[in-house]
Amino acid sequence: MTLLSVKNLRVTFDTEAGKVEAVRGVSFSLGRERLGIVGESGSGKTMTGRSVLRLIRPPGRIEAEEMRFDGIDLMAASERQMRALRGQRIAMVMQDPKYSLNPVMKIGAQLTEGLRLRDGMSAKAARLKAIEALEAVQIRGPERVMEAYPHELSGGMGQRVMIAMMLIPNPDLLIADEPTSALDVTVQAEVLSILDGLVRDRGMGLIFISHDLRLVGRFCDRVLVMYKGRVVEELEAKNLMNATHPYTQGLLNCLPRIGGNRSPLPGLDRAAEWAE
Amino acid sequence: MTVVPDTPAPPFRLPRPIRLIGGTALSLAITILGLLLVTFIIGRVVPIDPVLAIIGERATTEQYEATRIALGLDEPMWKQFAIYVGDAVQGDLGQSLRTRREVSEDIIRYFPATLELATIATLFGVLVGVPAGVLAATRPGTWVDQIVRIVGLMGYSMPVFWLGLLALLIFYGILGWVGGPGRLDAGFSMMFELDVPQRTGMILIDTALAGEWAMFRNALSHIVLPSAVLGYTSMAYISRMTRSFMMNELGQEYITTARVKGMPEWRVVWVHALKNVMVPLITVIALSYAYLLEGSVLTETIFAWPGLGSYITDALFAADMPAVLGGTVVVGVVFVTLNMASDLLYRLVDPRAR
Ligand SMILES: Nc1ncnc2c1ncn2[C@@H]1O[C@H](COP(=O)(O)OP(=O)(O)OP(=O)(O)O)[C@@H](O)[C@H]1O
Ligand SMILES: [Mg+2]
Repeated sequence: MTLLSVKNLRVTFDTEAGKVEAVRGVSFSLGRERLGIVGESGSGKTMTGRSVLRLIRPPGRIEAEEMRFDGIDLMAASERQMRALRGQRIAMVMQDPKYSLNPVMKIGAQLTEGLRLRDGMSAKAARLKAIEALEAVQIRGPERVMEAYPHELSGGMGQRVMIAMMLIPNPDLLIADEPTSALDVTVQAEVLSILDGLVRDRGMGLIFISHDLRLVGRFCDRVLVMYKGRVVEELEAKNLMNATHPYTQGLLNCLPRIGGNRSPLPGLDRAAEWAE
Repeated sequence: MTVVPDTPAPPFRLPRPIRLIGGTALSLAITILGLLLVTFIIGRVVPIDPVLAIIGERATTEQYEATRIALGLDEPMWKQFAIYVGDAVQGDLGQSLRTRREVSEDIIRYFPATLELATIATLFGVLVGVPAGVLAATRPGTWVDQIVRIVGLMGYSMPVFWLGLLALLIFYGILGWVGGPGRLDAGFSMMFELDVPQRTGMILIDTALAGEWAMFRNALSHIVLPSAVLGYTSMAYISRMTRSFMMNELGQEYITTARVKGMPEWRVVWVHALKNVMVPLITVIALSYAYLLEGSVLTETIFAWPGLGSYITDALFAADMPAVLGGTVVVGVVFVTLNMASDLLYRLVDPRAR
């Protein structure tokens, strides 16, 4: 069953230096499953994710033939309708917690503001719920973290706070932008199993953006490979390691192999026609 | 066997707020000492003989010597400076040649008028300037932004005396909506001197404390115009800075995070972004307040406002060095104190600076 369908999505920035096309005709559909998006830096992964929330700021523009979430036409929805979807039914784990958390607000205030403002929850109830969410992502001493400011947290801690924050409203669709890049292996496994559980048990849809092809290959159901704002290949995750497209193969060749030969990493081949 | 060295006991440290305030007080003291040194040197360098200034040209040599010794001018320089600092710390800034009163006494009379005016002007500048800057930043390029920009530009470029005279002419002369020059009407002025206990020297506060509401209203009608004229300039500055800080904050990632969470736009702007804007804005507000506290000579002259600016200017024209230097010291102390206060406030608002 389709939760999200995107047809011919384009994101264009009208800058003084001319048009920058960050996303150029991306199409995909997502069920209650784990969809990975991989690609090199600047290939348009984040912009694709943000488009679904319609949170591209000017001078950026979103165009799409169709963008439909659970029967709702996202392109036609009013700003008010979008706000009702954001942070309630669709959430997004932001890429870099160092810049994505408000530096002058306590973590606790940032975690609970949605519950307090939208759900009209009491301060006490919201606090308990936030602490629960922090515990779920393996944060020890959550009371202390609630009182901390973002700059007092390590990168991994910030990432877990961000995940907790976005999972609090129980979204139907979670877009996770590099959610585990700063986590150590055990915590990463723990967080992935939480996400996995949500997809399996609650039927949440997950878009998992990552640089880590090996991780995506293991964790996701399907993978989009992006290059210069386009999807160059879409394939089953289990086939990722045997991808045939030369760009994907190039990305795979960049992976360091444990115990492999120590020859220098090959450069990434970029043929112009893949971007066409 | 390896010996694991004990971790050293943490050195004794005072609690943070005390360290913070202690450090601030220390740098305050050092700055003021430097300021006194400068005014001391200026006092020795200017070609005005302090002895002659007091006793006049026709005094005898004996009188001259006696006064010179009384002033301590026969002592070595370092001792003179020590005495100067000692006196200043005790609030003794010497005697004014012009008014024949203690300089400190004069300043206690004049400074509250400036303080009152500058405070209301700054309040006006903040209460209008910050929202105007925020509105402009959230609607760049629209007519709201243009209006804020043009009104601000006028605040920069319009000469204060022209603005002040025009305002007096229209609102006092033609419309009669506000009080004229001076801090009170003549009748109230006498009553204030005689009947109202002058606890602060600020008329609005003293009359309010005494429950003299008619006088309070009169004082208010007098301060509206000069504070609006002064506040206009600071409003122009504050709104421009607010706009640029706000534009910068609205481009940050945490703003997108707040929107991802479905926060309404008012909360994104007025809570998430504004809290961050306040951090640099505190310095801007303190700076414009300090600037007004020095006393704006032009405004004080046009509105016959007996403040610090006109006091120092009058002293300057009368070659009244003790008054000029004493006034300068006070302005310096106010400036430095305000700077420190804004520094403390800054640390309070920005958790990263603690
Ligand atoms: N404000 C902007 N103005 C112009 N171009 C922009 C702007 N924001 C993003 N872009 C462009 O959009 C393109 C895609 O960016 P995006 O952030 O989606 O990449 P990404 O795949 O997420 O990269 P990374 O892996 O580094 O996060 C980039 O090439 C960038 O140049
Ligand atoms: Mg990205």
